[in-house]
Amino acid sequence: MSELVLERVTYTYPGPSAGRPALVDVSLRVEPGEFVVVAGGSGSGKSTLLRAAAGLVPHFHGGEFAGRLLAGGLDSRDHGPAELSAVAGSLFQDPETQVVMGTVRAELAFPLENRGWGAAAVARGVEEAALALGVAGLLDRSTHELSGGELQRVALGAALAARPRLLLLDEPTSQLDPVAGDELLGVLRRVNEEWGTAVVLAEHRLERCLAAADRVIALDRGAVTIDADPRGFLEQAPDALQTPGARLFALAGLTPPPVAVKDARAALRARGPAGDPAEGAPLPAPPNARSGFLRRRSAPDPALAFERVWYEIPRGPAVLRGVDLALAPGERVALMGRNGAGKSTLLRLAAGLADATRGRIVRAGRVSLLLQTPGDYLVAERVGEELGAAALEAAGLGSLADRHPRDLSGGERQRLALAIVLQGEPPAAVLLDEPTRGMDRGHKDALTERLRELAAAGAAVLVATHDAEFSAAWADRTVLLGDGAPVADAPTAEVLGGGWYFATQTARILGGCALLPEDGAALLRAGQASPDAAEVAP
Amino acid sequence: MTYRRRASPLHAARAGAGSLFCVVLAGVALSFEHPLLLGAVLLAVPLAGAGAGVGDVVARSLLWGLPFAALIALVNALVVRDGLTVIARLGHLPPLGEIDVTLEATTYGGILGLRALIVIACFALHSAAVDPDELLRAFRRLSFRSALTAALATRMVPVLARDARRLRDAQRCRPGRPATRLAIMRAVTSGALDRAVDVAATLEVRGYGGTRRPQRQARPWSRHDLAFAAAAGALAVLGLAAQLLGWEPFAAYPRTQAPVDAGVVALALGLVACALLPFADRRGIGR
Repeated sequence: MSELVLERVTYTYPGPSAGRPALVDVSLRVEPGEFVVVAGGSGSGKSTLLRAAAGLVPHFHGGEFAGRLLAGGLDSRDHGPAELSAVAGSLFQDPETQVVMGTVRAELAFPLENRGWGAAAVARGVEEAALALGVAGLLDRSTHELSGGELQRVALGAALAARPRLLLLDEPTSQLDPVAGDELLGVLRRVNEEWGTAVVLAEHRLERCLAAADRVIALDRGAVTIDADPRGFLEQAPDALQTPGARLFALAGLTPPPVAVKDARAALRARGPAGDPAEGAPLPAPPNARSGFLRRRSAPDPALAFERVWYEIPRGPAVLRGVDLALAPGERVALMGRNGAGKSTLLRLAAGLADATRGRIVRAGRVSLLLQTPGDYLVAERVGEELGAAALEAAGLGSLADRHPRDLSGGERQRLALAIVLQGEPPAAVLLDEPTRGMDRGHKDALTERLRELAAAGAAVLVATHDAEFSAAWADRTVLLGDGAPVADAPTAEVLGGGWYFATQTARILGGCALLPEDGAALLRAGQASPDAAEVAP
Repeated sequence: MTYRRRASPLHAARAGAGSLFCVVLAGVALSFEHPLLLGAVLLAVPLAGAGAGVGDVVARSLLWGLPFAALIALVNALVVRDGLTVIARLGHLPPLGEIDVTLEATTYGGILGLRALIVIACFALHSAAVDPDELLRAFRRLSFRSALTAALATRMVPVLARDARRLRDAQRCRPGRPATRLAIMRAVTSGALDRAVDVAATLEVRGYGGTRRPQRQARPWSRHDLAFAAAAGALAVLGLAAQLLGWEPFAAYPRTQAPVDAGVVALALGLVACALLPFADRRGIGR
């Protein structure tokens, strides 16, 4: 029996602002033990598909539902989300709203108790879920003390505790750093392979999860456009849904597109002395491992400078430890590091939202900060009340003046919030905190362009991000924070070319010779890149 | 003022026993009027907080409650016309009319304030030392819908607190004229609704809307469960006995009378002893 069956499902959200259907005539099946990735741009219907499979659509959200959906054999028209949760575990994007209890133990026990399990069975289920998810050490911790990665793992544990046959995940790694994201995907793979749980995962960053997938379903405007294995998907997918590795191969004229880094490296090696352009060609110098990528920089007239800045929480840890960092006018800098490394704190101090406990921050002028949730800037009833007509036009939002800010898409909301913080005198520095969370490639490209414009106008631009591909696309320089201090500060090509977690897919394939598919393809065509560059270089 | 498991007898006790202890402590305070007895309970609560390792939380709640207690005392002094000893004539003050502040009304206002302060401290002790998840589990068996609302509300408090901090920071980042209070209020409200929907959706997919009644989780009574249940019982008996047998010699009006005799002193010592004895046994308090 298929774990998930959709037969001609069409669904429209309630309310006059809903407009077109979010799902259009969707038919698909997910078989037991399958790992299915759902791809698509923002607003393509990925989240709605998962919410329908969980029974939230239409029971929780309302709206018009046509067709038939069976999850674990239960018809969603007859069974609500609570009943479907016995066969389908769900995990959504925001870790903060994914936990409902005070301690990790209670969180894992909660779904089991709701199903009427006895105390002994609950205790056993909790232990097993905790061990499987690697959160046994957290069992007695308060949920409000956990990091984003830990919260997401606990929420996954709660979704899995009752051993559902189907697991539905909506961009579960979008708020996690690359390390925590990879760990979570590793857990999913294990659950899929060892427990036989079918997994349906919606994700923007396909390069992260395609290697684990058996099938990829692409959605566009609510309709299924591709349903194929990963390689078949890459052969048919539009450019916006291609992974960097697939784009690298396409631009270099190589086929078939690689599903994972391992495939790509193997394919390049297999081309051999005759076919591999890298063979025998001089290799570009690899990143200098001895320097550790950490270079103290001093700018004569910095737009923004941190001088031995410390930030210590009263009766808590030191979040920043003597940070020295200077940004020149017009410089484009990416700030990377794990969750909790101090990135957001550094931006908050720069914008004056908090004061450094030691050290000094020098600002050449106004500092504009766009925080992680653009919606927090929008408090008016109409877009036109947030910003003047001219500024709205300049931001490309003139036609939306009469809309409610909450009705804007994620990308539009971000553009509006950015325009709001940039009002008035030109800022000396523009700071953005995780601006690409949950964004598709089209929106990322538009943001990249906007940041280039700001830098060209003379502002130093500093962006805290987990997205290596995005950093590689626009940053001149990358600072990697670790435990509250820079552990790498060098040109982006060196930092992202020499890392493992903090590296682009192209860099992983080509051993750090290039960060972006375009550059990598040029090297491949010229015969100057090899997957073994980092290993064979002196 | 959030719960975190600590190595203390109160944290080690089952939520039902701990909750009963805190509730009875507050109830006893509400049943007494004699300043010495209220003083004894006021002394016992922060000491119990210290015994539970949450003394700082209880002390902070007392500081936070002081203005509230002072306001209660002030209102009583201004509004109540009883009492014979006039200490201030404030003349005609609309809408209250002629105001004569009496010593007795002021004293009784202080007593009411003291009671409020004790209730606030007991609430803080309860919040910091009684496991809300376990309590919720117990209540869920009694009333499903109330427990659902409580679960949602409990989870929403920290989520909304974080949202409010974020919104405030975002507004500080806006250049130019700050948004009006009304606009911010509106944004917080609509944001709260969105968040409530998210949390409610999570509750649904965790099976909370299911029709199955959770099973009773039988668990042997530990020494701490017994100690706090017994202490709650003893406090309740002392409070009831004092009311029924007239052990509390107190009259607020027309003249305040609060004689301190051996019986009152013994009752005060009994209250403190009952409240603190369960904290003496510190075996098996870790997890």
